[in-house]
Amino acid sequence: MTQVNPQAGQVTSPSDLTDPAQRGETSKNSPAGNKMSFGRWFREVGWRHIVGIIAIVYAIIPILYILSASLNPVGSVSATSVLPQTFSLDNYVALFTNPDRPFARWFLNTMLVAIIVVVTSIFCSALAAYAFSRFRFKGRRGSLLTLLLIQMFPQFLAAAALFILFTSIGDVLPAIGLDTIAGYILVLLGGALGQVWLIKGFFDSVPRELDEAAVMDGATHTQLYFKIILPLVRPILAVTGLLAFIGVLGEFILASIFLRDNEIKTLAVGLYGLLDADRTNNLGIFAAAAVLTSIPVILLFQYLQKFIVGGITAGSVKG
Amino acid sequence: MEQRVASRAGRGDPAGTGGGSGGVAGTLVKVVALGTIVGLAVMLTPALVGTQQWAFLIVLWGIVAVLAVTYATRRFVPAKYLVPGTLLLVLFVVYPILMTFQLSTTNYGDGTRTTKEVTISRIIGSAAQQVEGARTFELSVGSEGTATSGPYTFLLMDTGTGDIFAGTPDGIRELDPDTITVEDGVITAAEGYTLLDRRQVNELSQQGGELEGFAVPTEDGVITAQGFSAVELSSPLEYDETTDTITNVNTGAKYTPVQSGDRKYFTNADGERLSDQSWGENVGLDNYVRAFTDPRISSDFVGIFAWTLAFAVLSVGTTFVLGLFLATVLNDARVRGQRAYRSILLLPYAIPGFIALLIWSSFFNSEFGLINNMLNLDINWLGNPFWAKVAVLLANLWLGFPYMFLVCTGALQAIPADLKEAASLDGATGWTNFRKITFPLLLVAIAPLLVSSFAFNFNNFNAIFLLTEGGPFSPDNPTAGGTDILISYTYRLAFGGAEQQIGFASAISVVLFVLTGVLAAIQFRATRTLEEVG
Repeated sequence: MTQVNPQAGQVTSPSDLTDPAQRGETSKNSPAGNKMSFGRWFREVGWRHIVGIIAIVYAIIPILYILSASLNPVGSVSATSVLPQTFSLDNYVALFTNPDRPFARWFLNTMLVAIIVVVTSIFCSALAAYAFSRFRFKGRRGSLLTLLLIQMFPQFLAAAALFILFTSIGDVLPAIGLDTIAGYILVLLGGALGQVWLIKGFFDSVPRELDEAAVMDGATHTQLYFKIILPLVRPILAVTGLLAFIGVLGEFILASIFLRDNEIKTLAVGLYGLLDADRTNNLGIFAAAAVLTSIPVILLFQYLQKFIVGGITAGSVKG
Repeated sequence: MEQRVASRAGRGDPAGTGGGSGGVAGTLVKVVALGTIVGLAVMLTPALVGTQQWAFLIVLWGIVAVLAVTYATRRFVPAKYLVPGTLLLVLFVVYPILMTFQLSTTNYGDGTRTTKEVTISRIIGSAAQQVEGARTFELSVGSEGTATSGPYTFLLMDTGTGDIFAGTPDGIRELDPDTITVEDGVITAAEGYTLLDRRQVNELSQQGGELEGFAVPTEDGVITAQGFSAVELSSPLEYDETTDTITNVNTGAKYTPVQSGDRKYFTNADGERLSDQSWGENVGLDNYVRAFTDPRISSDFVGIFAWTLAFAVLSVGTTFVLGLFLATVLNDARVRGQRAYRSILLLPYAIPGFIALLIWSSFFNSEFGLINNMLNLDINWLGNPFWAKVAVLLANLWLGFPYMFLVCTGALQAIPADLKEAASLDGATGWTNFRKITFPLLLVAIAPLLVSSFAFNFNNFNAIFLLTEGGPFSPDNPTAGGTDILISYTYRLAFGGAEQQIGFASAISVVLFVLTGVLAAIQFRATRTLEEVG
């Protein structure tokens, strides 16, 4: 009932959205089509490209710089420029050959943490979002608002308490105490309901008639949820999964408190330590690690790009 | 209609126990999962009882009970969906938050981690000396649980008489020699105990280990370990509980607790401290009083709070303006290659934040940094408080604008074209059109995101710590740096620096909780999100 137009602005790709809206504008504003003079073209369209190109240069310089630094065997800040002057894979080789900075180990640790945390969070969030979307129960509104409020607090604010909590957990169960990856994963799982609001917005747009029909056909609750509803909202699961993934990848403070042993560090702590040890001269190796870390994320982003715009706006707009 | 579905769902058959092959499988999964959890809890229970971890025991069985009630019965259907995430939230977010409130009323930190009783026994123990004719023992260490879990017991064999004793911090008792195996003058097995090997003993005896300072009180003094043997020492110090005084029986000097800062030390009448060891205590609201009244701290606090607000507002403002500008400019059907623009402008958002921030910190290197070099500037970016603030905002702009660009693009595309067309027909120019129609509509959609973005930046620890570590610091004030926001300031109090002040840091954390909550609530009310929750 709250959703007037359940499909709009949801999983539609930006290009799909662009077309109908703007085809109209185009036909109205430039009936002359190709015959537009350069001056007029420039005033109406061309300058937009100039702005766009400036923006691209701005966006891309730091990225080029990382690439360039990673290919520069000297590896110091003073010897690095935006465009690569040299081409050497020394830094990449160094990443995998020095046992003091076990990059591969850090990478695997990070992926392990990320996969477990992302899958569990999305699972928990989707379950909860479904309940908030479909059931009307006492305390529903209150719980939703509480969730929203709790999400505003970074977990780190309670870091000292978490530290003490996991010290005493470790006394009983050393396997999930301080300085273990399992313990760190548990801490991050405290945010397992972080994506509820986004996903709920999507569930709201799935027509309830579908549920009713399935129930009439004899589907159980579990079947209805896992076999019918969940597949329908796959795009938002992908987007929220990506956002959660980015969150885990960039999580630095809790990791720096919880993971002190070199072998169990994640990329964020490990690479920070690497660069911090010698900020001017370790830049090359850091940059090589940065490139290897960023490539999978960038590919994921590009792959999911068309869902992202609809995804992040949808959940926030709908109550 | 909603109500009907909901009530039907409420009466429904959640696990499909009613029949059907899916139902059988579902039940099976449920039984196995619940069984595993109960099994785990049963397995842990003896260890918890053994180590007297009652709080853990209660929490553990509390979780089991919640899960059982939720999933083994057919009632509480919404709970079946909410319980997994909620349990995690309560255990690892809500409980730590409550614990932070509790910590904020203590002086917990370096030097005050132990209780008063333990501190007193350590002070007395450290003054203990070996007197002539004192008993010596061969020492083995046994555990009532596993080798790593404890609780630990000293198994002592008197080197003079050969009598065997079990000693704990509670006292000493003689053991029946029949329950003990002795080989080569060393106890190698004891009924009821798991014996630790020498390596394990060494590990536990190191600094911070469970056996560090392990002392067994006796009638004449205290037994402590010396390598793999033990000796009975006697201390000249005696503690009297009724007068709360430690007396040195040899010299007659009396020491009573005297407050110094947020903690107490045993001190004699001349102001001489018996020991630099103090203990944890409840200090009520002292930490809060200190935060707001100690002139040094409160002036830091006000300045940092102002910058935190400015940082959050400016970060959201600059990224939003740039993002909206780019979205408006590029969101025009006549602009070719929109997809390519979007793909590339997305890149800063896709680079993991910690990488981008660390790279930006090298850009601001005043000698070799990219920015000074490219723009031919000579600015001491990270050494000057003003420019360091600018640097933080510049870096954060790069990190944040793609998100705003994406969001604004999405919102712009969702605005119906006929609205704009109608306005144009009425003679509105592009700018008026934007100001009167596009912008207000866009703001309705974007406002909640701006609020969460504000809350995020208000506590954006990474942006500060990875760029400037809060600095630059003035030589006379090492605790509050030029770019410190409240959360990075708190971090330094709690975890950085020479002395951890966890109690005080927790008090600042609580203030931050309240501030974040209040600011968010005000903004949400303003954007009416709260009213929309259906």
